[in-house]
Amino acid sequence: MTRAAPAIAILAAALPLSLAAGILVGAVPLAPTDVLGALLGGGDPVTGVIIRDLRLPRVLAAALVGGALAVAGTLLQGLFRNPLADPYVTGTSAGAALGAVGVIALGSDISATVVPLAAFAGALASALGVWQLARLGGRTTVLTVLLAGIILTSFASALVTLLLFASDRLSLRLRAILDILSGGVAVRATSELVIAAVVVALGLGLALVLGRRIDAFVFGEETAATLGVDPERTTIAVIGAAALLTGAAVALAGLVGFVGLVIPHALRPVVGATHRTLAVASFLGGASALVLADLGARSAFAPAELPVGVVTGLLGAPFFLLLLVRARRREVA
Amino acid sequence: MTALVARALAAGYGARAVLRDIDLALAPGMLVALVGPNGAGKSTLLRALAGLVRPTAGAVTLDGVDVATLSRPALAARIAVVPQTFDTLFPFTVREIVALGRTARLGLFARPTTGDAAAVARAIAEQDLGALVDRRLDALSGGERQRVVLAMALAQEADALLLDEPTAHLDPAHQIGTVRRAAELARTRGVIAFAVLHDLNLATLADRVVVLDGGRIVADGAPPTALAAPVVTRVFGAGLAVVQVSGRTVILPG
Repeated sequence: MTRAAPAIAILAAALPLSLAAGILVGAVPLAPTDVLGALLGGGDPVTGVIIRDLRLPRVLAAALVGGALAVAGTLLQGLFRNPLADPYVTGTSAGAALGAVGVIALGSDISATVVPLAAFAGALASALGVWQLARLGGRTTVLTVLLAGIILTSFASALVTLLLFASDRLSLRLRAILDILSGGVAVRATSELVIAAVVVALGLGLALVLGRRIDAFVFGEETAATLGVDPERTTIAVIGAAALLTGAAVALAGLVGFVGLVIPHALRPVVGATHRTLAVASFLGGASALVLADLGARSAFAPAELPVGVVTGLLGAPFFLLLLVRARRREVA
Repeated sequence: MTALVARALAAGYGARAVLRDIDLALAPGMLVALVGPNGAGKSTLLRALAGLVRPTAGAVTLDGVDVATLSRPALAARIAVVPQTFDTLFPFTVREIVALGRTARLGLFARPTTGDAAAVARAIAEQDLGALVDRRLDALSGGERQRVVLAMALAQEADALLLDEPTAHLDPAHQIGTVRRAAELARTRGVIAFAVLHDLNLATLADRVVVLDGGRIVADGAPPTALAAPVVTRVFGAGLAVVQVSGRTVILPG
């Protein structure tokens, strides 16, 4: 913990600064004093609506999504002993998106609780699926995890397309569907934010409890067992926590890629590999990163808003490629 | 006195039987080496003794208690296994790896106690890792990493130490060093020590040698007895010669 403490302090200080930047900057230029006034409940009504109803929920949602995905990535990387795993590349996010789109297609009105629940169920099913697929050969390797992720992602997107074709209701909800598929942070009701916050807190709490057990997986499931950890039960608990976090993130923002991959990866050399510490650092770092990425997405073509998933995809995919090349070199060497 | 005992043990994977009629009693204070040709069932026997493989017949008991009835944490407090592979892509430090040996004794939220810290410090000191505690595992040599995973197992403060091919990734000098270290630990800590070894000459450094062939124990005793010429020829083929050099058994290409 000693070497991690300064880095975590810096990350903790950076989060409120990122949140402040996200609230201050937007399509409508506002003076910081007016923003502060609106946050405290005063000021003119228009500024109040922009700050309290638009920017604040959006910035908080981005922070929750980024933090949740980064912690889910930490959990999945630890479980698969693979620094290339995250909710997106393992197909967990795609499963969650399928769940969310599924209930939107089926249900006449989308309640704030049903979408996250369906997203969680989809995330859980696909994460369990990846785990089973990746174990087929006995030992999980980098490649089997990625291949299993590709298979599940393709399958989930095919089902989403099928739903889009089959349901006459989807055309009415095109905006909501597009937000899910392209990764746009959208808060339609405060209750969505509250539910997501509770679920993410639960997922983060589980990650902290499970951290030491995940550390014991460092040399594989069998060594984890001889160190006193029940591999099956721990795996299911870790997958459950990752699914909670991914489900909450997808319900709020759809398919936002690579945050879960990049953040733990970038922070591991700084704060160390122990998963409890890494989960805390990743939550703070992921929250800040996505608030800033969303700020960029909102500003790039203002007043039009780019989905934040486009920004993380553009930045994250080359990073992922770099890691893959380095991993291949290491295998060859 | 602690005893790890296999009685009429049979084990396998699915329909494939690997071990048959194994009777083996391990006592503290000495290093027992397990040798045998490839596919003899050495690793399976070690895994069965560690409670990782469920017997299809017979049982493994620790002080009379069937290991299959013990929980993972209870088992980890009594039996430690030194893993054969210890590669990781993550930057764990030496101290963090050794501390993993205490995993079973930590509660859900528990911080390490002074007892935990003392066990980790003792294991680090015994394996001469003091200067390396803050180094990353992947920055160490094979011999140093072997000492780290041995220290991790020692930090478990278990009654039995099972080593799965501990010399697999080491040069000859470190192979001999590792086996001597295990024999010394058996004496100084008074624990059961049991090592799967490939090299018959390394096995002669143990206090007792068990020879496994086709899933059965075919010889068991002091190195000169268990590795006598007829046994070696029968189990490993005619390509080896057993000679005595100043009171020590040496196996050479025949």
